[in-house]
Formats: sequence, C-alpha cells, structure tokens
Amino acid sequence: MSENSLLLDTIRSVLAASAPLIFAGIGETLSERAGVINLSLDGSILLSAMAGFAVAYLSGSLTLGFGAAMLVGALVAWLIAYASIALRLDQVAVGFVLTLLCADLSSFVGQPFVRIPGPSVPHMPIPGLVDIPILGPILFDQDLVFYLSLLTVVGAWLWMNKTQAGLKLRAIGERPEAAFARGINVNRLRYLYAIVGGALVGFSGAAYSLSVKLGWSHRHTGGLGWIALAIVIFGGWSPFRVALGAYLFGLFKSLGSILQPAWPQVPTQVLQAAPFAMMIVVLVLVSGDPDRLLYYVPRRVRPLLRGILRGAPPAGLGQRFEQG
Amino acid sequence: MNIQLTDIVKSFGMLRANDGISLSVAAGTIHGLLGENGAGKTTLMKVLSGYQPCDSGTIRVDDREVSFDSPEEAIAAGIGMLHQDPMDVPALSVLDNFALGHDRRLVLSRHRSQSDLARLCRRFGFELDPDALVGSLTVGERQQLEMVRLLALGVRTIILDEPTTGISAPQKVLLFETLRGLAAEGLSLIFVSHKLDDVEQLCSRATVLRDGRVAGEVLAPFDTDELVSLMFGQCLSEVGRSDIAPGEPMLEVADVSVRTHRLEITNINLAVRAGEVVGLAGLEGSGQGILMQTCAGLLRAHKGRIRLGGQDMSRSSYHQYLQAGVAHVPAARLEEGMVGGLTIREHVALAHQPTGLMVRWSEAEGNARERIDTYRVVGRPETPVASLSGGNQQRLLLALLPEHLKLLILEHPTRGLDIESTRWVWNRLHARRRHGTGLLYTSTDLDELVAHSDRIVVFSGGRMSAPVPAEDITCEELGYLIGGKGYDA
Amino acid sequence: MTRERLTRLGYALAPVLLTLVLACAILLLAGANPLQALGALFLGAFESGRKVADIAAAMVPLLLCAAGMLITFAAGLWNIGVEGQMIAGALMTTWVVRSIDVPAALLLPLTILAGMLGGALWGLLIGALRTYGRVNEIFAGLGLNYLGAALTNYLIFGPWKPPDGATMSGTEPFPKAAWMPTIGSTRASWLGILLAIVGIVVVYFLLRDSYWGLKLKAIGLNDRSAHRLGIDTRGNMLLAFAACGLLAGLAGSLRATAVYHRLIPSISGGIGYLSQLVVLLSGLRAQIVPLVVFFFSAVQVASPRLELRMSLDSSIGGVLQSAMVLFFLLVRGFRGRMQTAQEVVE
Repeated sequence: MSENSLLLDTIRSVLAASAPLIFAGIGETLSERAGVINLSLDGSILLSAMAGFAVAYLSGSLTLGFGAAMLVGALVAWLIAYASIALRLDQVAVGFVLTLLCADLSSFVGQPFVRIPGPSVPHMPIPGLVDIPILGPILFDQDLVFYLSLLTVVGAWLWMNKTQAGLKLRAIGERPEAAFARGINVNRLRYLYAIVGGALVGFSGAAYSLSVKLGWSHRHTGGLGWIALAIVIFGGWSPFRVALGAYLFGLFKSLGSILQPAWPQVPTQVLQAAPFAMMIVVLVLVSGDPDRLLYYVPRRVRPLLRGILRGAPPAGLGQRFEQG
Repeated sequence: MNIQLTDIVKSFGMLRANDGISLSVAAGTIHGLLGENGAGKTTLMKVLSGYQPCDSGTIRVDDREVSFDSPEEAIAAGIGMLHQDPMDVPALSVLDNFALGHDRRLVLSRHRSQSDLARLCRRFGFELDPDALVGSLTVGERQQLEMVRLLALGVRTIILDEPTTGISAPQKVLLFETLRGLAAEGLSLIFVSHKLDDVEQLCSRATVLRDGRVAGEVLAPFDTDELVSLMFGQCLSEVGRSDIAPGEPMLEVADVSVRTHRLEITNINLAVRAGEVVGLAGLEGSGQGILMQTCAGLLRAHKGRIRLGGQDMSRSSYHQYLQAGVAHVPAARLEEGMVGGLTIREHVALAHQPTGLMVRWSEAEGNARERIDTYRVVGRPETPVASLSGGNQQRLLLALLPEHLKLLILEHPTRGLDIESTRWVWNRLHARRRHGTGLLYTSTDLDELVAHSDRIVVFSGGRMSAPVPAEDITCEELGYLIGGKGYDA
Repeated sequence: MTRERLTRLGYALAPVLLTLVLACAILLLAGANPLQALGALFLGAFESGRKVADIAAAMVPLLLCAAGMLITFAAGLWNIGVEGQMIAGALMTTWVVRSIDVPAALLLPLTILAGMLGGALWGLLIGALRTYGRVNEIFAGLGLNYLGAALTNYLIFGPWKPPDGATMSGTEPFPKAAWMPTIGSTRASWLGILLAIVGIVVVYFLLRDSYWGLKLKAIGLNDRSAHRLGIDTRGNMLLAFAACGLLAGLAGSLRATAVYHRLIPSISGGIGYLSQLVVLLSGLRAQIVPLVVFFFSAVQVASPRLELRMSLDSSIGGVLQSAMVLFFLLVRGFRGRMQTAQEVVE
C-alpha cells in the first residue's frame, strides 16, 4: 500500500513539476504556428521567473507577480516579432542574442532576491474530486497553476481546431500567401500570436519560481527554455502532443532522483544528461525522413506510426511575408 | 451578371502587359479568352478579380462601375477566380480549406460546413473527402474544391485560368458539364485557355489577345484557322540553322517516366544527336521542364533509361552529369543558376577548375575580363551579379559554361532579352553546335522554335508529341500542335 | 563633415549610446551609481599589468572560437554547439595528459593536437546530425552542449576524481610538463596568444582567398545555386563544422592547459555563446573580430571587480555585451528600413 502511494506521489510531483514546461511549450506552439520562432525562450523564462518572484515578493501579491512575468514575456516576444517583421532581421539571430541578454539581466537585476524565501502558490486540492481512486490524488491534489496548465492545453487545442480564428492561425503558418489571398492580415496576426505566446512563456517563468522551484537563484530554471523549444518540435506543433512531450521530459528529469537509490553505481550526471540525449534521439526520429525509418517497422504498424511521427513544421515558419 | 472591361491598361515597368483591352461578358455565357504565354490573359484576369489594380480603365458589373482593392472585395462583388494553382493550404484538410473564410462564426460548425460542402459536391457530381489533406488531392480535385468554395461564397462570375491543364479526361468531362450547368443558371464564366479544342467545345464567344491587345473577337461556331492566325499572327521564320549533318546520338531517352508532385511525364522517347538542336514547345508546366531536369540529373526517372554517349546515366547524380559534359542553364537565373551576392570575378573563379588551395585573384580577374569581353557582358569583374540586367545575367551564365560540352540544356534561353541579345545568344549556341554539342531547349516563342531547331516536340499535359523536323512545319502548324490539335493528347 | 558621413557616424555610434543608456537604467534600478559603476568597469580592466595580462588570457579562447564561428557563419550555419566542441577538446586533452606516456617535450604539442581532434570530431557529429539526421544544428548543438557538460561532470566526479575526493574545483592539476608556458606569473600564455593570432589570421585568409572559402560563401548565400554550380554542399558544410570544431577544441584545450592547468566543470565557461555575439557584432568580418574580442574580454575581466567593489552581480558584463549586439542588429535593421523607404520615395 505504501509503495502504491509512493508511486502516486511521484507521479503527482512529476505532473506538477511539468506545468511550467506546458505553458512555455503551448505558448511557443502558438507563436510558431503563426510563423514566428521565439528562440529567446530560455532567457525570457529566466527573466520572467525573476520578475514574477521579485514583484510577488515586493508587493505581496501573487497575481501581480504573475502579471509582471507575463508582461516581460510578452515584451520580449514583441521585440522579436517587430525585429523580424518591421525591421526584416533574422528571427534566429535576434532570438539568440535576447536569450543571452535576458539571462544576464535576470542574474543582475535579480541579485538581491537570491535565496530569499518568498510567496508561493497555495496548494489547492479540489474537494470531492480528490477522493477518486488513483486519478484523484494525481490530478486534483495540486495547485491552481497545475489546473490552469491543463486548461491551457485543452484551450489551445480547442482554439486551434474548433474556431475560425484557429483555422486562420493554421493557415497563416502553413501558406501565408493563401491566407492573404483570403483577406487575412498575416503580419498583424503574427504579432498577436507572438505576443500571446510570449505572455504564456512569461507565465511559465512565474509558475516555476512561485510554484515548482520556489524562489530565485542564478540560472534558476536550468535550460527549461531550450527543452520547451525541443518539445514543440517533438510535439509536432500540436497541443496534446506537446503536453505529452512536457510530461515525458518531466519524467526523465525526475527519473534521476527516483532511480538513483535503486542504482547507486550509475553516476548522477548520466541520469541528468539522459533527457538531453533523449531530446536528440527524438529529434532525429521526428525530423528525419519518416518513411526511411518506417522501413524497419512491420507493415501493419506503419500507418499508425506514420501519424504519430508526422512532424513537419508549419511551412511558413521563420519566413518573411511581405504584405501588400 | 454582366461584366464590362473598358480600355484596361496595366504595365510592369517597361512592359505593357495590357494595352487598352476592352471585353464584355454577358450573363449566362461561357466566354473564352485565348492567347499565347505573355499575351496578357493572366494579367487582365488578375485585374478583374482584384489581385492587381490596373493603371487605367474601368470595370463595370451590371452597368455599375466598381474598383477592387483586394480579392476579398472582388468576391464580395461576386467575381471569383479559379487559379491554375489554387491559393489553398495543402497542409489543411478539404473541409478546413472550405471553411476558411466561409464559416463566419467564432466556433466552427463542422457539421454545417460539411453539409454545405456535401450539398454543393452532390450538385455537380464531385467526390471530395472532407478529411483528406488538400496536399494529397489531384489538380482536378483541388480545382473542384476551389470552385465549390467560390460558389459557396456567392460568386456570380467565375474566371477559370487554364482549368484543363493537368486534369484527367473524366474530370474534364465533369468540369464541362458543371460549367454548362452554371451558365444555364445565369452565371457568367470566363474560360482562359490556349487549348483550341476546349474553347471550341465549350464557349459561345471568344476573345483573342496578342501582345497585350485584343487581336479579335469571334462567335461560335469557330473557325480554327481564324483562331490560330489571331493568336499567333504572321510569323517571319528567319531560318538561322545551318545545314550541318548531325552526328551520332548523344542523348538517348528511352521510355522515361518522371513523377513530381505537380505533374508526371510518361513514356518519353527522344534522341538528341551531336550537333543537333531540339526545341521543346508547349505551354509552361506541360512537362518540358521536367524532362530537361531529368536529362541533367536534377530529377530521377522512376521508369526508363537515360543514356549519354552510350553510357547509362539513369542513376547518376547531378554532379556526375556535370562531369560527363552536360550543363543545365535554368530560367530562374538568380535563384538557381548564380549566387546573388557574389561578383562576376568570384563566379569565374568558381567555374574555373580549381588547382591548388588559394584562389589566384589576378588570374580570375583576367579570366573574368576576357569572358566579359567575349560575351559582351555589361559589367566589370567586381560587379555583383545581382545588379546585372536579365540579359547580361544570361550572357554571364553562358560565359561560365565549360568550353566543350556534350549536351547543353537551356530553359528559355532568350526570355526577357532584346532582339540584339537574342540574336547574339543564338550565334553562340550555333557555334557550340558546330563543335558537336547537342542542344535541348524550351521556348514559348514559336518563331524562335521554328527558326533555330532541327526538330521540335510539343508537350501537353505530360505527354510528348513525336518529333517534327522544323523545316517541315510552319508557325501556324506549330500553333495548332500547341493548341492541342492534331496529335494524340 | 558631409551630411552622409554624419549619418553614418550616427548609425555607428547609436548602438553604443543605447547600450550605455540601458546600462545606466538597470544600474539605477539596482540602486547603484551609474557613473561610478561604469567608471569602475572601464578602469578596472586596465588598472594593473596583471589585469592586462588577464585580458590577453581571456582573449585567446574567445578569438579562437570566434575565428571558428566565422567559418560556419560563412556557410550559413548556426553553430551553437561551440561550447560542446570546446569541452570535447578539453576532455581529449585531459585524457591524453592522464593516459599517454610520452617524453615531456612532446606532451604539450600532443595536447594541442588532441584538443583540435576532439573538437573537430564533435563538430563533425553535429554536422552529421544535421546532414543525415536532418536535425537543426541549433538543437543538435545545444543538446550536445548539455551532454558535454554532463560528461565533464561525470568524469570529474567519477573516474577522473582527484585522490583526496571529488570537488567542484575539478581534477587534480596537470603535471608541469602539460602546463602552457606563461608570461611571468600571469595567466597569459604566449604560446596561446600566438596560436590565437595564427588562428584568426589563417581564417581571415582562408575565407577571403581560398577556394574553400569561396565555396562556403556561395553555400551560405544560396545553397541551391551553389549546388548547381557544381559545389558539394554537404561535404563542405561538414568540413566547416569540423574546422570550427578544430579551433574551438583548441580553445578548450588551452583553457585547460594554460589557464586552469586542470579540467574544471565549467571548462567552456560560456565562451562559445560569447563568441557568437562577437561574430554578430563584427558584422561577420574577420578584421573587426579582434577589436570586438578585446572589448568583450576587457568587460569579462572587469566585471568581477565590480562585484567585489560595489557588490553588483558580475553578469552586468554579459548584459553590456549582449545589449550591444542587440542594439547593433536593431539599428542596422532600422537603417535598412530607412534606406528602402527612401528608395521608394525616389
């Protein structure tokens, strides 16, 4: 019985720890679906995590903290969109420089807040639902941030697949000329989705410093942004798959601390590195030619796998679109 | 609805694509618009459908003057255009493409869109799977979807741009039935085509454009001779080919089929002999480009063999073809032929067989100067190739070719060139001929094809006609062939 | 001065001014006196001979990495995996020092070769992932960076740990035979400086005057046309990755043999990322790189002093460096827009 609850507890904490990755992944998915790559994710998550914590600490209000974080994320994303659309600069170049800038800014401005205990998002079990066997303690014994992450995934999927606006989003990312021919203002929507994506990324930063790994320290979020970018590719730019990637990655991260006591002879660093190794392997599988890989798989399983492995990026990603 | 275009003028820089064109289309009719490539048909229709503003002239819809700033406005006024390459989103499904812009409410009602789509498809006998990705549809099916989409938006005039290119025979029959049905309901249809057969079958009235102007307007029943002479005018076949006996077969294409996502060419058989010039005629996108790319190693045939000087090159790579003495000069000069951003000198350095690690710039400079002189390129060694004019870029492309080639393949070698440059280019090409190089080229200029080729083949819808000796054909007859008449389509 | 010259000067100075404005703003935010802080920063770099030598020492790996990056940038590649390539060079060098028994005179040259080889192989790996695995080189490089760091940690805390226990200070010091000769008691190694200068000079001439450089330039500008012109795009790209890796591996190796005399966890020290900024700010021009490297190294050396004197986090240095590049890019984009707008009017 106690092993059971240990297992459930582990799953619960893995899900909780993955919440920031969900927000960042979904946010970036929206942005990239519209055609804007926000390569600054790692830096902006750091900066918004710091901003969120700092503002929440100084003001005493969690809402203000999250708001500040979202503002920071949105601002950085806007800058990338502006640089690429209005100034015709390379999205990757500007994003990369911003990663470094935001990371250093976060260390510098956040220095007074290092290792200070601060506010955290309160635990909020949902009465009634908590008592459902197995699923209850895993899903409903969490905090508000976690519940919001679930809603975000579902909301993003509904938006993208069930609304006219979502249809337009998919169109502008895949073939901007066709969207334009149908009267859609491509660049305006690109700005919009970049900013919304950035706000979600900002939210993810605050979720990290106020819910998952409380407080602030130098390089607090540890490569989270890069992983978020990778899971967007892994997830085939599709919300549910991106969420799956986020949980898988969270699992790998926790696997280190879970397996360590069982296998003491395996050095910790190997387990730490495993997620990144997995990232590369997965990317090779997803980016490579699926038909070539499927050659090795029994015929009957092929159609099923082909659907899962399909991972083509939005055709217009990163491309400049001249309107008018 | 009645459409009236009066004195439409549209220029692109120096080129007057539409030079005062007037056209009237009555409701309930199918009106044909004929003309060669570059006659001005597409430009005119883009003006009418709101894709481009005209420089001057008026458009009247049901006697009311209108002007459009965007395709959206044209559709709102009831005019829709079915492009040869429809502006759809291949990665999205049929239903999604249909619903994009159609279902105006926030939450998509899949059920409603699906029933609308099904209703329209049933009416015309189209069979479209709502969940299939548009990218997997055939050209004919994409056309059907686009038509259905336009009708759902309530257009009363549909412009069809080369609709029978690349669709199957049963799809064509279905299309014609659909169009006749629509006309019977009072819609006005404009049928833009170069295929004389189709126009003669379908249209009640036809306008022929040539060189940006209206060459004539005729009523059904049509006289084919009249149509051809209106389309192509009088040609002055200036015979430039010399009478050199061609040598041994250099290139042998045997039963070749090549598949691209756009088009498939099937069972092509062709031989080009040393010193021979073979011209590929036909409307763009009919397969000539694909064959030429295959003969240069840029595409691979999935069926058949390609032999160069007796050696089987079917599995060879592009670089192997280069080494074997084949060169391919593309029409997209800056996108595929040269590196914009590099200078003439740098291109010459790259073309010269590199011996050693470091570039000998003085040598490259001298070499570049020499070639600039010989090929009369207006530019200096340090000129970036991107700033050369089209004609000079073409000269440079020729200048960069190796001295001795077995086979020279050219895509539209004189496109965009003035008369003097054209004459000069052909001079150089015939000089190569005399050295034993076989030439394979495409052109949309019938005079050029008749004047410089030894033999001509005509492409249409991925099929190739039997080769015809150029001395046995006139421009008019060539026009017929291109118009799809007189050979097994 | 003519109007045109003034405008050009204005555009050149704008990034510097904007950076200073930003720096003042955040310094004020952190509650420090901007003038005092910036003064301390700039003076602190030159206050002693030892500091100047430190700048020279810091310039060596940065110059080597930047030189390598020029090669990959020429081919249009985003080689973010430079950190990993540095690590690979350092690891290979450490292995050689620990495992290979050679006369002392040969040891140093061997470490140099080892560094180059390790880095080149790592670079090839990234290139192969891109060419054959079709993984974007940004992600391949990044993932491998993290793997390299983990591998380093594993070795330092595992098989290569010092006899009296593993610590964050790294492995035990290398034997003296594997120490790069330095200038006096400073950290600057004249051999390292020489190698770095040779590196950037070779790259300059390579890109400007060699066939390979010309081919890379063609590939970077238009890889489709380059292929049509007969250039082997795949092979040359792989070679570019290997060449950059060679230089970066050497940089990593020198950090181990010249600066720290051992393998430490952060042997790459963010220099790989910094070298990207250097190359961007130099406008991809090899002649400008040494200047930018000098400036960045000076900031790098002076920042810890700021931390000491005014208890400001040393990452202010990084802020200045990346802000400068950002403003440089933005101003250039802005200038481009102004020019096209003017052309339309004309």
